Amino acid sequence: MNDLLLPALFIIAAVAGYKLISDVPSLLHTPLMSGMNALSGVTVSGALVATAFAVSTQSQVLGCAAVVLATINVAGGFLVTDRMLKMFKREKL
Amino acid sequence: MQVIAYKLLDLACVIGIVSGIRLMNSPTTARRGNLVGAVCMLIAIIATLISNQIVPVKALWISMGLGAGIGCLLAVYVSMIQMPQLVALLNGFGGAASVIVAFVVLTGSVAAISGVTRLTGAIALVVGSVTFSGSLVAVAKLDGRMTSLPIILRGHFILDLLTLMCIAIVIPVLAIASSNRTSILCVLSILLGLIFGILLAIRVGGADMPIAISLLNSLSGIAAATVGLATSNFLVVSVGAIVGSAGIVLTEIMCRAMNSSIIDVLTGKTALSTTQASAGSVDADALSETVQSVPTGESIAADMDEAAAILGAAKKIIIVPGYGMALSQAQFQVKQILTRLESMGKQVKFAIHPVAGRMPGHMNVLLAEAEIPYDILCPMESVNHEFGDTNVALVVGANDVVNPAAKTAVGTPIYGMPILNVNQADYVIICNKDTCPGYAGVNNPLYLPANNIILLLGDAAETLSKLLEKL
Repeated sequence: MNDLLLPALFIIAAVAGYKLISDVPSLLHTPLMSGMNALSGVTVSGALVATAFAVSTQSQVLGCAAVVLATINVAGGFLVTDRMLKMFKREKL
Repeated sequence: MQVIAYKLLDLACVIGIVSGIRLMNSPTTARRGNLVGAVCMLIAIIATLISNQIVPVKALWISMGLGAGIGCLLAVYVSMIQMPQLVALLNGFGGAASVIVAFVVLTGSVAAISGVTRLTGAIALVVGSVTFSGSLVAVAKLDGRMTSLPIILRGHFILDLLTLMCIAIVIPVLAIASSNRTSILCVLSILLGLIFGILLAIRVGGADMPIAISLLNSLSGIAAATVGLATSNFLVVSVGAIVGSAGIVLTEIMCRAMNSSIIDVLTGKTALSTTQASAGSVDADALSETVQSVPTGESIAADMDEAAAILGAAKKIIIVPGYGMALSQAQFQVKQILTRLESMGKQVKFAIHPVAGRMPGHMNVLLAEAEIPYDILCPMESVNHEFGDTNVALVVGANDVVNPAAKTAVGTPIYGMPILNVNQADYVIICNKDTCPGYAGVNNPLYLPANNIILLLGDAAETLSKLLEKL
């Protein structure tokens, strides 16, 4: 079941993502990319599970490194995106 | 029952993240969209910990704390001009995280793992490694630690092909290999990926960097999505796929803006023609004469007076910023000029070329930093027809994106690239550092003597300060 469901999901999400991102104005493309950095840190979800259930010490250490890297993306990505978006202001009328 | 509840929660998080991205389609709601995305991600992480009953594992919390700390430091201390480096670095971290998770899943498990897991895990190893090494090369190039010129090895294309062929062999072998060979095959996949990433990135020239970063952004998402497939993680698959296609959208936009294809960039076609045809467009002798005739003190002062007079008489002005403005940090002087001109009752707009800066949208961030309101930042396609009824086009540190040679100089890297038609304005005032060719290496005919073009050479920030005094 999962073997078919997940690839299907992959395709649906890719198509939906394509449509969504095409609507973002070029004005915001840099914050968009840093936001995508944050989202690519979603691997942290897989890294947490893999690390917690790892048997060997080697796997545990590696897993922790993956958690660190992915969390850098999540925290750094969202924060820097906010920092940029905060600067975009409209002309005072 | 509980399992279904957590799946539904994951689904809710994905929907939340999607609606967050939807809010990014306008600058008024984008900040809220980012916040929605962050909250959903936080919920998803907590849900992962609770549903797998791994909340008490201390190592996880320490790792997350460390990562969050480093991430915050990076986000707070990065300057706006360094943003391309940061995004490239985070692309690389995303790729590396995917590689490690795939490696742990493939080698660390005692139970037998399915063929699908092995196959997708193998793909994640390779794609993640390519992303990681390619991104580090991109960071080094953007940060000036490595030449921004394309590096082309002897037989580069053959090396590319050989590496790709090895990758094409090792992935299926890893997918069906017996478990005692898994580790060595994993290491081999990672090495091949790293080599291919380096081969790919070193031959990308500075001008093509926006395309390379967008592509690496996409790869980091694809690596994440394949890890999601390997670990049967619904959330990671869908969010990774969204990031993957976001990068593809941006890559397409950048390629269109430079009139090149992704294949041209990766196979170094754009780089090759740079060396062939740098002098092709403009009479090089005529250009060097202009350069020699410019820098006398008196003529500079006279040009400055003339420029101020022209701006004073103008009704409609379009400012065209380029990366040179960012390098001399002149965006704050630009803002002062803008305020002065607006107080004189003039209509002022900015024309932003899609590849102005070193990454998609970079110029807008730099101008927003100087508190220039975003409603007068106009993308090329919406403002280009207005140069005809514009009195002055004020070019600040932009070269390739206004180079009319793009329309005539067949065979040069910028040939066919859409440009901002500044030469249609009544007057063009150019505040560039010098008359050297831009990143693409093509001479600019705007630098030739003409009645309606004024060159104010030198550091843009200084030039604009002087100009402001005269206004």
